[in-house]
Amino acid sequence: MSQPANQFGDVPGTSPNSVALSIDGSEVTVPDGTTILEACGGKGCDIPTLCYGDTITPKNACRVCMVEVEGSRVLVPSCSRQVEADMVVHTRSERVDHARKMVLELLGSSVDLSLTEHVDDWYAEYGADPSRYGPDAATVAQPVKVDNDLYIRDYAKCILCYQCVDACGEQWQHSFVIDIAGRGFDARVSTENDVSLPDSACVYCGNCIQVCPTGALMFKSEYDMRQTGTWEPERQTTTDTICAFCGVGCNLTLHVQDNTIIKVSSPSDSPITHGNLCIKGRFGFQHAQNRPDSAG
Amino acid sequence: MDLKTRGVPPTDHERAAIDAVLGPQPERNLHDVSGGHQLRDRRHLLLPALHAVNDRVGWISQAAIDYIAERLDASPAEIYGVASFYALFSLTERPTHQIHVCIDLACRSNGGLVEADLPNGAHPSPCLGLCERAPAAYVTTAGETTLQVVAGHVTPVDIARWAGGDTPDPEPEPAAAVRQAGDESLVLLRRAGRIDPLDLDAYLADRGFAALERARQLGPQATIAAISGSGLTGRGGAGFPTGRKWDAVRTQPATPHYLVANADESEPGTFKDRVLIETDPFGLIESMCIAGHATGCEIGYVYLRGEYPRPLATLQQALDTCRRRGLLGGDTGFEITIVKGAGAYICGEETAIFNSIEGYRGEPRNKPPFPFQVGLFGQPTVVNNVETLMNVPSIILDGVQANRRLFCLSGAVVKPGIYEAQLGLTLGELIELAGGLRAGSVLQAVLLGGAAGGFAGPGDLDLVLDLESTRAAGLALGSGVVMVHDQHVDLVDQLKRIAAFFRDESCGQCVPCRVGTVRQEEAIDRLASSSDRSVDLALLSDIGQAMKDASICGLGQTAHSAIETAIVRLGVFS
Ligand SMILES: Cc1cc2nc3c(=O)[nH]c(=O)nc-3n(C[C@H](O)[C@H](O)[C@H](O)COP(=O)(O)O)c2cc1C
Ligand code: SF4
Ligand code: SF4
Ligand code: SF4
Ligand code: FES
Repeated sequence: MSQPANQFGDVPGTSPNSVALSIDGSEVTVPDGTTILEACGGKGCDIPTLCYGDTITPKNACRVCMVEVEGSRVLVPSCSRQVEADMVVHTRSERVDHARKMVLELLGSSVDLSLTEHVDDWYAEYGADPSRYGPDAATVAQPVKVDNDLYIRDYAKCILCYQCVDACGEQWQHSFVIDIAGRGFDARVSTENDVSLPDSACVYCGNCIQVCPTGALMFKSEYDMRQTGTWEPERQTTTDTICAFCGVGCNLTLHVQDNTIIKVSSPSDSPITHGNLCIKGRFGFQHAQNRPDSAG
Repeated sequence: MDLKTRGVPPTDHERAAIDAVLGPQPERNLHDVSGGHQLRDRRHLLLPALHAVNDRVGWISQAAIDYIAERLDASPAEIYGVASFYALFSLTERPTHQIHVCIDLACRSNGGLVEADLPNGAHPSPCLGLCERAPAAYVTTAGETTLQVVAGHVTPVDIARWAGGDTPDPEPEPAAAVRQAGDESLVLLRRAGRIDPLDLDAYLADRGFAALERARQLGPQATIAAISGSGLTGRGGAGFPTGRKWDAVRTQPATPHYLVANADESEPGTFKDRVLIETDPFGLIESMCIAGHATGCEIGYVYLRGEYPRPLATLQQALDTCRRRGLLGGDTGFEITIVKGAGAYICGEETAIFNSIEGYRGEPRNKPPFPFQVGLFGQPTVVNNVETLMNVPSIILDGVQANRRLFCLSGAVVKPGIYEAQLGLTLGELIELAGGLRAGSVLQAVLLGGAAGGFAGPGDLDLVLDLESTRAAGLALGSGVVMVHDQHVDLVDQLKRIAAFFRDESCGQCVPCRVGTVRQEEAIDRLASSSDRSVDLALLSDIGQAMKDASICGLGQTAHSAIETAIVRLGVFS
């Protein structure tokens, strides 16, 4: 078990604001306010996460990060539950493994997870078999929404992690273009009355694409290349630079294949952008590659 | 936020309905730039505004959404997200006259129609809280004066007639649901049928508002001590000690505090809160005043389910009377507001209710923080069921032990209705209280506690009905549902309906419940039609365990419990 307390500038066991707890039999001391997941090493540790992103307060809706806390009737979401003194946490128990396996199966049998990272490893680790719900299991399959030149929405891949909604709304962009509509299995990310993006208030900042963990939201350039079979990640490189459009100085990561920019992201740990950009930084890269031999 | 709407103005009807809730649209003043926050502070008016349009026009158009968006400075996508959460709102044009036919547990097993039999123009509804009059329906006609009526003992001929534009006959007297009416020993139902529910003088003559006066003399701490001493626990389903809840709110430093009376009553088979409000509305108001006094609240909300037109009218009238007579509002220091639900079982969950009142999607919140810390509008909040609150006056006045409960008897008994009984009687005795089984009926099963509860079998008549005994038996009293099924009831059909209920009512927020309820329904459908059952039974148990362990709220956590008891205790599918 890693001991991340120092990353908060806190000397384990001495700060009045630190909390001592037990995780899988090891004593751990972390600052007050730390989540169980952070106390276990954060994103990328052995606990799987899906709706937990780098820049969005997690909605804890996916329930794949569940852990067992002694004394609690139900499992608790490690991404959101804060540590408490003397908590006894088990990150791998029979109940925990069962819940993770089932969440993976329930999602895998209803959503296209082919572009979601780590999923195949987790299937193997937890013995998940999404095919056991049979060929008639209901899915969220639906046609891809291609209604503008900049990005597409393929909600057959959507796990309803709420990150795009929060990135577009309250947590970053404050445009509130999309929200969850409907209820239950019919719940979906939608504009009002499902109007197209050009008819909505979308400003094409692409901040929703940046946070989407499943490939449901994708640059049109990437989508087109995947459609034509020319998307080849092993031939792609990235270059970090600064956006030249205005004086804010946003960090950009240019994704390049065959000397052509194919998409733009921003480092989520950038103190300037936190991964967010505006339409110019995100999509205004064409001018950088207007070559004599290219038509536009 | 940059509002983008389509520039299509609302119709005159839509505008009038919305303005009636939000006030007339102010003149645009380009110099006034402080509008945003002021407008957004009115977000709690969203649900009433949506009701207003839906009631007036019958559905909610894009132009109406855009107009509300402008008026509240909320985005059209958010408003669409909220409106599409509720079953009673339509976002597509439809006739003004709508017939909602209950196809739920009590109705479908008592001669009611099922989904496939509904005629054109009628649509299926979950339990309407009229199970003592099963089968039931709810008929609405949108218009300048909207008409909303419920009806019981509905026949296919009635439904066809209403689909043609007719409306049902008036309901029977409220106290008709109380077969014990007039019994001297009643505490919770003691006014039912004895006094006119809307006659404040009769209420005052019957020791009305004496308990509030006594509570004021006692002060908050002693009042709460009395509640704790009575052993009162929540009647909404979870059974939490009421005194502890009140004290937790009372001692919170943050102000203001809020009180919410939970009258969402949507658990299939439950209709007690409807009867309490219809027969003793002043009793609820006084109880809320006491709760508000004890916990330091100046505002109480009654969250009333949308399909309860008569309780709404009764309570509104009783509140008006109290205000007029100086018992509420003004300088009394306490005011009560009714918020009408719009067809969503989940909004009865104690944190979903906050989101719904605040004008957001009725999704449960994460706990912790708990409602007593961070509740309605982010403030310390007490949420109590109506029946829980109705226990309060007699505790304060007479120091009684809170050992009486209401039971909702429906199904194959001679006299279905609400029964008040002392905890500790047996299931068999309770069924006898309701006149016993109908002639020719043989007991097959009893659903205790509703769809989120469990099935008892014919061998369980000696089961003692209290929290501990039912828990020990793997069952629960829940909201007091006692639905009696005789040999004619198709239990597999009941299980299919329970599965469909949870699938329909899941808010969709978390994976175990959103997808688990769908997979549960699929597995039950397969089990119902195949003989090779071991694979699906194992699947079902896997799904059930994950829903119980990993769902965010009580809906997902209990969505498998009744089905599990039917399989394990009754041997359905074996
Ligand atoms: C899905 C769901 C629906 C609920 N519906 C209701 C309801 O309609 N009325 C109610 O009083 N409690 C309902 N509850 C229970 C409430 O969450 C809460 O426990 C209760 O209102 C607290 O009041 P009490 O302590 O007086 O029982 C529901 C719970 C869940 C999980
Ligand atoms: S591109 Fe920006 S404005 Fe448009 S939906 Fe995504 S986050 Fe919202
Ligand atoms: S589109 Fe992507 S970011 Fe948005 S809810 Fe779905 S999976 Fe999450
Ligand atoms: S358990 Fe069901 S109803 Fe509750 S939050 Fe999860 S999806 Fe919503
Ligand atoms: S009113 Fe139909 S089941 Fe309750």
